[in-house]
Amino acid sequence: MSNKPKVSGFMNYLRKERIPTIFCAGCGNGTVINTFFNAMEMAELSLDNISMVSGIGCSSRIPGYIKCDSLHTTHGRPIAFATGVKLGNPDMDVVVFTGDGDAAAIGGNHLIHAARRNLDLTVICVNNSIYGMTGGQISPTSPKGSFASTTPYGALEAPFDLAKLVSGAGATYVSRWTTVHPLPLSNAIKKGLQNKGFSFIEVISQCPTYFGRKNRMRSAVEMMKYMKTHSVVKKKAKKMSEEELEGKIILGDFVNRNWPEFSEMLCEQVNEKSEKGLIDAIKSAYKTDL
Amino acid sequence: MNITRFFIQGNEACARGAIKAGCKFFAGYPITPSTEVAEDAAIILPKEGGTFIQMEDEISALGAVIGAAWAGVKGMTATSGPGFSLMQEHIGYAAMTETPLVIVDVQRGSPSTAQPTMASQSDMMQARWGSHGDYEIIALVPSSVQECFDFTVEAFNLAEKYRVPVIVLSDEIIGHMREKINIPDKVEIIARKMPEEGPETFLPYKAEPDGVSPMPPFGAGYKIHVTGLTHDERGYPDASNPETHTKLVKRLCNKILNHRGELTRVKELYTEDADIIVVSYGAPSRSAITAVKNAREKGIKAGHIKLEIVWPFPEEIIRSAAQQASDIIVAEMNLGQMVYEVERVVKSDAEVSLLPKIGGQIHRPEEFLEMIYKCQK
Repeated sequence: MSNKPKVSGFMNYLRKERIPTIFCAGCGNGTVINTFFNAMEMAELSLDNISMVSGIGCSSRIPGYIKCDSLHTTHGRPIAFATGVKLGNPDMDVVVFTGDGDAAAIGGNHLIHAARRNLDLTVICVNNSIYGMTGGQISPTSPKGSFASTTPYGALEAPFDLAKLVSGAGATYVSRWTTVHPLPLSNAIKKGLQNKGFSFIEVISQCPTYFGRKNRMRSAVEMMKYMKTHSVVKKKAKKMSEEELEGKIILGDFVNRNWPEFSEMLCEQVNEKSEKGLIDAIKSAYKTDL
Repeated sequence: MNITRFFIQGNEACARGAIKAGCKFFAGYPITPSTEVAEDAAIILPKEGGTFIQMEDEISALGAVIGAAWAGVKGMTATSGPGFSLMQEHIGYAAMTETPLVIVDVQRGSPSTAQPTMASQSDMMQARWGSHGDYEIIALVPSSVQECFDFTVEAFNLAEKYRVPVIVLSDEIIGHMREKINIPDKVEIIARKMPEEGPETFLPYKAEPDGVSPMPPFGAGYKIHVTGLTHDERGYPDASNPETHTKLVKRLCNKILNHRGELTRVKELYTEDADIIVVSYGAPSRSAITAVKNAREKGIKAGHIKLEIVWPFPEEIIRSAAQQASDIIVAEMNLGQMVYEVERVVKSDAEVSLLPKIGGQIHRPEEFLEMIYKCQK
């Protein structure tokens, strides 16, 4: 498999009639979509069998532009809906697009519980450290001291380290990259799609419109330069002191382990208990003879 | 057809009804007095090839049921007041996205956590108006264990027929009461409709004349977009367009309201010549019927209407009752909820009196009789 992105082919994956997107100029979501398609091809998966679930926020609009079955749900709850999609039809590849507000604030509980269950979902969390859709409010991943419309005098709260949180909760594949690292990011999404279990890919992304403007980085390019100069791969970070790591974005795989997956265990249990087995239940809503 | 007799609780009967109706997915969260619905589903569903999952809260429980519906299986959840409050946002989402599902709400003393082990009928208006916005749902109220079974089956069928969330408004008395019931081998099942058109031309939110669209499952090649935002016939967001919004929300309401006739389900007793009609639903109907029979024995022309489908409200039945009777007594285990609907429909055609009861206990027949005597004067 080649790691070279096939940009021209990707257009066929989009609902072209919905273009242009609502995303601002310079938004990281375009890179996320691009890297996802690249990852999907590398993982040899097809949009025919992928269901996308998203919550509320800018990155949660991504599935609406992709030609696949997509469920744009309520704020913070996409992982709960995705749990139903996966258990309703365990043959499907279920991908969740979410943001930092969606996954870490209002939906934090669903995030850690799905990780604890090790349910086979691939969660792509686009973390831009701000509430973009509502106009630039502080988020649980905004750095201490950063400015937002609801922290006009600077944020006092410490941010969540999402990759660590989800690793601790029991996810079996956890990786963090930024939008200036498209190839390793594609590779991480690919690994996430291939992992049979709960996969969490945190994408540090830029929101020049709100985060940038309020924090003295007025262009996307400036923000991307910041991400490039402030990120350290995990291997290197291990050799650095806490002071040296202050304000740095640590990149790489945090967890990659082989633990029993929930839907598989559940299927086994159901097959053990019933004569028909779970396979019979798939798309059973369309049957009258059960 | 074989019929098996069981001596079980109302809550168990709901779970059995669901499974007979083709439910293959249950996501729940423990809450008194509804927990037995989940416990029974947890035992039986896997044996029937279905899945049960205990979620982290009621919000995610209903979210998972909606997800499972789009994956192509019929699903349900069960809860009580506090959990029902948490589910409200997703009830609105299910109404907006036309996702068929069933919720059993075993009502307990309210508001807040109030009386976990005592009965009430205090979620009647919440079932109708609980989520923000204009929308319609269907709600059934069982008054016996047999009805818990029958109405849950019916709830699944109505959910599919109208692509709408259907709520079974049980209560702690009916939920925990044990009675003998008959469970048939097979029940009539309404299957979800697949589109006849192929994915190239199918418009997922272009309804058929009855206001309901076929619903293809995820993974069937239709690649549909489902959103809680105002959407056009393709399912695509069109949130700032007043016409799209008006058309969509009116259709969502009218697909229920235009079928009020089919969705009217009441049981009448002695209403043909009644001067005084008691209107009740659920548990209090049991003592109301005893009281009305007692009144008849005493020569009083009393009658009874038991509401079985409460939402949409059976306007025609109540309107014609008011044209005949001089008095209508509305008995409910709350401080007055459905009485507002009765008053709205009756207008000045009859005198409407409320017989409220809170605290967790059912009305006694004497309380009905006292009210009937009062109306006689």
